[in-house]
Amino acid sequence: MDALVIHSPILIIAIPLLAAFLTPLISKASNRARDVLVIAALAFTEFLVIVLAKDIYLTGIHVYTLGASSPIVTIPEQYMVPVRIILEVDAMSIFAGIMSATVCLAGAIYSLSCVREETGKDRFYTLLLLLTVGQLGMEFTGDMFNLFVFLEILSISGAALAAFRTRFADAVEGGFKYMVISSVGALLVLFATGIFYAQYNLLNIAALAQAMQYTMLDKIALTLLVIAFLMKSGGVPLHWWVPDTYTPAPAGVSPMIYSATLACMYALYRICFTLYGVALNAATIGWIVIIAGVLSMFVGVTMALHQSDVKRLMAYHVISQGGYMLLGVGVGLAVLDNPEALATYGREAISGGLFHVINHAFFKGLLLLTGEALFYRLGTRDLNKMGGMARNMKFTCVFFLIGALAISGVPPLNGFASKLMIYEAAYQLNPILTIVAMIVSIITLASFTKVFQSAYTGPALSQYKDVKEVPMSMLIGMGILAGATIFFSLFPSLVVNTIIYPAADALIDQAAYINAVMGGV
Amino acid sequence: MATSVPTLDYWAPLVCLIAFVILIAVTYLFRSRGRKQYKKGTAQTEIFLSGEEPPDTEERHIRAYNIYWGFFQGLKRYYDPTIKAHSGIINDYIIWLIALMSITAVILTIVSLT
Repeated sequence: MDALVIHSPILIIAIPLLAAFLTPLISKASNRARDVLVIAALAFTEFLVIVLAKDIYLTGIHVYTLGASSPIVTIPEQYMVPVRIILEVDAMSIFAGIMSATVCLAGAIYSLSCVREETGKDRFYTLLLLLTVGQLGMEFTGDMFNLFVFLEILSISGAALAAFRTRFADAVEGGFKYMVISSVGALLVLFATGIFYAQYNLLNIAALAQAMQYTMLDKIALTLLVIAFLMKSGGVPLHWWVPDTYTPAPAGVSPMIYSATLACMYALYRICFTLYGVALNAATIGWIVIIAGVLSMFVGVTMALHQSDVKRLMAYHVISQGGYMLLGVGVGLAVLDNPEALATYGREAISGGLFHVINHAFFKGLLLLTGEALFYRLGTRDLNKMGGMARNMKFTCVFFLIGALAISGVPPLNGFASKLMIYEAAYQLNPILTIVAMIVSIITLASFTKVFQSAYTGPALSQYKDVKEVPMSMLIGMGILAGATIFFSLFPSLVVNTIIYPAADALIDQAAYINAVMGGV
Repeated sequence: MATSVPTLDYWAPLVCLIAFVILIAVTYLFRSRGRKQYKKGTAQTEIFLSGEEPPDTEERHIRAYNIYWGFFQGLKRYYDPTIKAHSGIINDYIIWLIALMSITAVILTIVSLT
């Protein structure tokens, strides 16, 4: 078991990667065997993430050096700096890892039935596993260049999956836009990495954080990185691609692209807090993030309210709820260099933002799956053409209600708990932020009331009288995310104390991240 | 002077859940005391609309485009430019990216000089 824990950082990335390459081969023999392989690989990855998480909460940061005599030897003899590829997993990384692994497993199970009638399933599952690899790699990597590499893996697989149903013109267009946006974002990250390497001869994040001088070039690199990851996170005014890409993406893939978006948000936090940390002009960057968050909340929700395409409406809510996450963490970032404010409300704001990240991954993932379930059975995403589906799709309706009430912040669901933390902390910085956040929450409820009224209630429509509930594997996929939402709703203090506070503390504690690699150097 | 914000320790969702279950039980109790001797398939179970003939099933359902119509009309001056900005053209997306990147770089430079 000890060996499993020690090697788990690389196994968590290697297992889905190996399964991705095996999938086309196994597909030649049997589709059923391929499905078993995909689910087994993702389930084992989830198991490893949980095992590693448990150990990190007990013993602290894990580092894993590839190619070294021992994985924990980060700096070779006769060297002063790390030169090998290092994975560094702290409480923040594993928090993001838990989220990605769970959403990807649920998405894959959901996809089993949903893409059964599609062609090219060997490629679909290969890309699905690569998307998982990209997310987990971004979350666990300890150096800038590999952050770029995993971002590329995530982007290419995400774009191909978004465009998977090539018979739909909007799917191809959505995939193309995601590819262009991702390529531009990745180039900005590569350019920033080049700036760091030219200045410091370093690629490792911990070593760079220790050497950071915050020169003019570093400021340019910071601009490139913040903008690139803000765009990939769907923050306003760089959110345009989100509804175009999410709407036509196949079932099961939408939540995974969403967790990929959250992995990019994780990278934004990692850059600001860990790479720059105390060297940063925290108030300036913090307020840039806060303004982006407030704009995202408001523009996202008002645009969502206006939509009549159920998945496009939910895609706009991705932007809107992302705003809460940016607001929470932005408040913490704005007071990073003020120890008193950080202790009194900054840490709580970051924790609220992070709690909303994982809550939202589950209930938004669930909502995207219910939206796709409607499309799967009705053949349309147009709310104007729907009605009375609560009669035919009872379980989907219940899952939708759980997700809708949670995202709207209705007590006692988990969305309320995380929003409450953000409201209370943001109020200390500026009460207007809390007022805007509360108004957005009310409009969110109005928006999902519209979906519930249009799609699920009303008289039974004659054209849908034969519509049946979705297949079992789709229900299981939704059930996993609904179960996680209910668990987080009933035990918010347990979740916050176990995984959220350690993640927030890891984000704030730049020295611990540096010391795990650099030791006493 | 900032005051320390409370943690989630005081928030007890289980109490909410218990209250919800009690509410459901009371609702069910009221419902179970309703009259059971009505006759199905007669005028007793049909829609009563002040003596008027109720519209067909398709027409009775309020469609999504009817919902919040007044809200959108009231905020027309906000919605018109916002929807127009969502052009769907990838070139526009990149222009926004370049503009925001420039503004951020300028802000960071000015702040570091002051």
